[in-house]
Amino acid sequence: MSDAAITAITMPKWGLSMIEGKVIEWLVEENSTLALGDEIMDIETEKIANTFEALDAGILRRRVAVADETLGVGALLGVLASADTSDEDIDAFIADFQANYVPPEPPEEDEAGANYEWLNLGDQKIRYLRMGDGAQNIVLIHGFGGDLDLWLFTQEPLAANASVYSLDLPGHGQSSKAVEDGSVAGLANVVAKFMDAVGISSAHLVGHSLGGAIALQTAVSHAGKVDALTLIGSAGIGEEINGDYISGFVAAESRREIKPLLKQLVGDPGLINRKMIDDILKFKRLDGVTEALTEISAGFLSGDKQTVDLRGELGGLSMPVNVIWGSEDRIIPASHANDLPGNVTVNVLEGFGHLVQLEAASDVNRLIQS
Amino acid sequence: MARKILYQEAINEALDQEMARDEAVIIMGEDVVGGTGASGEMDAWGGVLGVTKGLYGKYGDRIMDSPISESALVGAAVGAAATGMRPVCELMFIDFMGVCFDQIYNQAAKFRYMFGGKAETPVVIRTMYGAGFRAAAQHSQCLYNLFTHVPGLKVVMPSSPYDAKGLLIQAIRDNDPVIFCEHKALYAMEGDVPEESYTIPFGEANIVREGDDVTIVALGRMVTHAGKAANTLAKEGISCEIIDPRTTSPFDEETVLESVENTGRLVIVDESTPRCSMATDISSLVAQKGFSFLKAPIEMVTAPHTPVPFNGSLEDLYIPSPEKIEAAVRATTSYAH
Repeated sequence: MSDAAITAITMPKWGLSMIEGKVIEWLVEENSTLALGDEIMDIETEKIANTFEALDAGILRRRVAVADETLGVGALLGVLASADTSDEDIDAFIADFQANYVPPEPPEEDEAGANYEWLNLGDQKIRYLRMGDGAQNIVLIHGFGGDLDLWLFTQEPLAANASVYSLDLPGHGQSSKAVEDGSVAGLANVVAKFMDAVGISSAHLVGHSLGGAIALQTAVSHAGKVDALTLIGSAGIGEEINGDYISGFVAAESRREIKPLLKQLVGDPGLINRKMIDDILKFKRLDGVTEALTEISAGFLSGDKQTVDLRGELGGLSMPVNVIWGSEDRIIPASHANDLPGNVTVNVLEGFGHLVQLEAASDVNRLIQS
Repeated sequence: MARKILYQEAINEALDQEMARDEAVIIMGEDVVGGTGASGEMDAWGGVLGVTKGLYGKYGDRIMDSPISESALVGAAVGAAATGMRPVCELMFIDFMGVCFDQIYNQAAKFRYMFGGKAETPVVIRTMYGAGFRAAAQHSQCLYNLFTHVPGLKVVMPSSPYDAKGLLIQAIRDNDPVIFCEHKALYAMEGDVPEESYTIPFGEANIVREGDDVTIVALGRMVTHAGKAANTLAKEGISCEIIDPRTTSPFDEETVLESVENTGRLVIVDESTPRCSMATDISSLVAQKGFSFLKAPIEMVTAPHTPVPFNGSLEDLYIPSPEKIEAAVRATTSYAH
């Protein structure tokens, strides 16, 4: 039996700054047969907890990592091999892997953030991240109150075949907090100017939530810049929205106030960990953020109703349009994906919430690339 | 996020940004301008440990050296606050508060109450506390509990550079008198601090680390010590939750009680002496409102009830150490009814 029949399952790297992850629990027993995409284990990183899915098919012959163990990226978690591979061969494979494994070094100071870049659009400073150098350009646009880290599980996989940009919208993340025009049309102009500034004439726009409405508006008003459109849990194509979530998010000052709100974003509340809550509070405490969020929210909703309706534009778009929704979305209901025009491809992913690109990352990544 | 600066730089940046934002913000204190008294070099130093360095050059007369009279300095700052300024006054060592205590606890703390809400006293008194500097008994105390005792004062004790900047900006914008306590040994601590201005609300504890077996409430410099202890204990399979109240007045009771409800065990780490202290205060809170949660007696890790020794070996023994915290945690987990 050669080693080729034995495959290592290793600690994934979720995002730039991840150097280690903690095994929460195995979700599969030894000797079970795994298909591509099967859930293998829950892993917690400094930023987020998530489910790790099989990247290879095969029989899980050995679980190497144990619950509560913290391991470096690339460390051996388990072993896939055919049924006729001997235990001795598997033991030898594990021994060989462990002997050669070198855990990643903690990044040098500032290295984790060194890939972020900034550019100026007028008086506005915009932070962005570029990964990959494929011919196809992709621009990722986060939603209300978010930042480019919400593409933690999206950007790196897509960058294998494309040049992928993510940006912090004005008023968000580490971009300027002063918002010149917080309307959806104004923010679509920011996206168009951003593309000009980084020198891409057209791109596949992927927008989540408010970012979906912005992507769609960009496709309407700057059609030549948009090769394809993926709208995830998108605003702008239906009336209902969870206004209490938005107003609560804007007003929340403490962990106690914001935690129950954030849990509404996901199908599995375990995803929302302390670090994620801390990061959002750190953002919200910055001077100017409350004002920016107030202005931007006024630009696309009033109470429980969205005020920007671009649904009628979808049928007339010439580029491919892909709509993705989590069936359990408690911010913008998945029913907005019903009865869309024939040129729109719709995928509703069962059991996931508003942050479906984090919860069902591999499914969403596959759909974006399809 | 990735920019790292020192605790003392975070304090300097908070002062700088608030002085730029609001002309009513002024700084007064002993040697805060320079301390050399020599023309042209006045800006050279900026306080005994250089915390206000560079501000005189930017803001000129809005930063002023006071005579070596704490009662005059604090009295002037309180008066300036009552008449519309936002003074940040530096009282070098918390140990010297005694000579200006009337201005603080009987004047500043009472104005809003006694004038029926018509007077505000937005003064911040920055001060250094804590042992470990071989500075002997009159320059090493942890007296934050004295101020926590007085209604009308807010008391803040940041444990990290991030908290130092956000809490100081909040203190300056707050309309009540704030005693802002900086541990000498934290000035050289480095951490992530956003360049932009931000505020951290008072009365919101920070959950520094999550855990299920024991709650450790630690204050100021003790947060770092508790973290070291928790790392060691994790290897023994004991999972500690560390709570940093950040402000002792107002105090976030709810976060402490929720945590103890989950863990059932409480260790309080307070560098102050043990009588009538934050340790006893938090202990009584949990004994009254969380008694049914407790699986073991509450442990307190504090200094002994003595002045801070000058002898270095004794001073090291005096300060709560990670090892003492570990022992206290083990006492709670091994407790048998």
